[in-house]
Amino acid sequence: MTRSAVEIAGGVRTGKASAREAVRASLDAIAARDGELSAFTQVFADEAMQRASAIDEAVAKGEDPGPLAGVPIAVKDNICTTLGRTTCASRFLEDYRSPFDATAVERLLAAGAVIVGKTNMDEFAMGSSGEHSCFERAKNPWAPGRVTGGSSSGSAAAVAAGMVSIALGSDTGGSIRQPASHCGVVGLKPSYGAVSRWGLVAFASSLDQIGPMTRTVEDAALALSVIAGVDPRDATSSARSIDALPLQREDVVRVGVPRGLLESADERVCAAVAEAEAALRGAGVEIVDIELRHADAGVAAYYVIAPAEASSNLARFDGVRYGRRAELAPGEGLEELYVKSRTEGFGAEVRRRILLGTHVLSSGYHDAYYVTAQRVRGLIKRDYDRAFAGEVAGEDGCAAVLLPAAPGPAFVAGAKSQDPMAMYLEDAFTVGANLAGLPGITLPVRTVEDDGDTLPIGVQLIGAAFDDARLLSVAVKLETALGWGARTA
Amino acid sequence: MAEERTESRHDHGSAGALDAAGVRKLARLARLAVTDADIEPEAVRLSAVLGAMDVLREAVAREDEPEHVTPMAHAGDETNRMRADAPGEALSNETLMAMAPETLAPFVRVPKVIGEGGGA
Repeated sequence: MTRSAVEIAGGVRTGKASAREAVRASLDAIAARDGELSAFTQVFADEAMQRASAIDEAVAKGEDPGPLAGVPIAVKDNICTTLGRTTCASRFLEDYRSPFDATAVERLLAAGAVIVGKTNMDEFAMGSSGEHSCFERAKNPWAPGRVTGGSSSGSAAAVAAGMVSIALGSDTGGSIRQPASHCGVVGLKPSYGAVSRWGLVAFASSLDQIGPMTRTVEDAALALSVIAGVDPRDATSSARSIDALPLQREDVVRVGVPRGLLESADERVCAAVAEAEAALRGAGVEIVDIELRHADAGVAAYYVIAPAEASSNLARFDGVRYGRRAELAPGEGLEELYVKSRTEGFGAEVRRRILLGTHVLSSGYHDAYYVTAQRVRGLIKRDYDRAFAGEVAGEDGCAAVLLPAAPGPAFVAGAKSQDPMAMYLEDAFTVGANLAGLPGITLPVRTVEDDGDTLPIGVQLIGAAFDDARLLSVAVKLETALGWGARTA
Repeated sequence: MAEERTESRHDHGSAGALDAAGVRKLARLARLAVTDADIEPEAVRLSAVLGAMDVLREAVAREDEPEHVTPMAHAGDETNRMRADAPGEALSNETLMAMAPETLAPFVRVPKVIGEGGGA
């Protein structure tokens, strides 16, 4: 499965290739490596082959199954599907079957995509390494002893290993873009409101977005063009159009680099940013230094706001209506049902974030933590708005901001699992886009050697809100200039 | 539920230290249990995270008029979106009941709420 989604769908729609062949190749790649990588929580081999046959039959009858005809796709396991279970990699939901498909899934299926499986993740999308899964952690296909990043760990691994050409992820604080960097793939977080969150199990509702992970920018644009759009079932989805396709390749742009932020990144990451800068310059893009004055407070603001929202959202998991219910001892009642079900069902990191969120919202601390974090959120957004409006980067402003996607290359599993703050700092370069509601994309730049492992490093581009199309145009320009190709691990 | 505070109200989160009693209170508020063995290490970990939050106040204080920095609740531009007050498609009672861990048709079964067992 090394073909792009664009190539697969093009072949299937014109009858030059079959959906069955594409899905078979995907299933074979999964069978060959997923025992080692644990990218998937479930694989739907029979259902996928049946659907591929139906698509081939439709094409034979002269019908057009859609822009993703016959494309095998993986779906992060916090996105509801009627096919299989939706576990969120949590013991709480390990047997949960959704009675509906998420809007993004509905749209993929309506476009002819074939879901081959659900992907592993950090529990309830809370994590930056993939290690907080109730299943075996997903392994980095470049070096299985290393983490994939997270929380969309399985989606990143599945795309990097060539099991699928598109996997859906979700990104609350970098959960698409950070693992994309660690696994050497493209990861796109659309503007907040561009893609419906209906059917995405809520973590932090003001930050969560669904987006694609792919091996090419064009595939990311194709997937976004399918899943984007207003949805009456999600009141935060926007009617503003994205127009991800066709990619605009000729746009002359200026890109800003927040030079001061690079000081906190590994020197190999800084070298990747420098390489990206040089590639963009070579493609006729002007590079200007900008300042994001409040970016250093981004992680703190995020780790107040996201746990606060999570502590509220996860209150619904009470052992009554769905999911895990604990066994009670004689004499125990409803309160014990709540406490036992939640304590048994949630893993340590999820419990920690609920406690943190409860604290920052509690009486006497709400203003000191939560409201102050919201003020910083506004300042972070203002910094980006100024960069895009040109107040700090010349008359026309920046088309995008270039910065790292992660502070270093993929680390060895276990290296940060006992130190939450060290793990949270993995998100230092990604949380800003979520707090400000901006689109961001990671794409691979280079590989580095680290303790005998060859590891990819990506960079991130962030664009103005609902200017996802322009962001993609910068990304494809950079992708072309770098010449990484669509390589697999 | 009576108002509960997780540490001295006068502290207002400065330095952010949480002790074992504070973690126990938070756990009770959040309907979670923390074992005796876990409580001290968790207090240390949470305190380390809260200690890193001091940069928030510093970031706001750097502004010329910090009192005029508006809190931002969300990044969306959709406000007060209304929909027609009309019946639409809904999941059936049978579908929803199939998800419940324990039922006594046509109800979701829960432990006794009033009487022994405490609860709500």
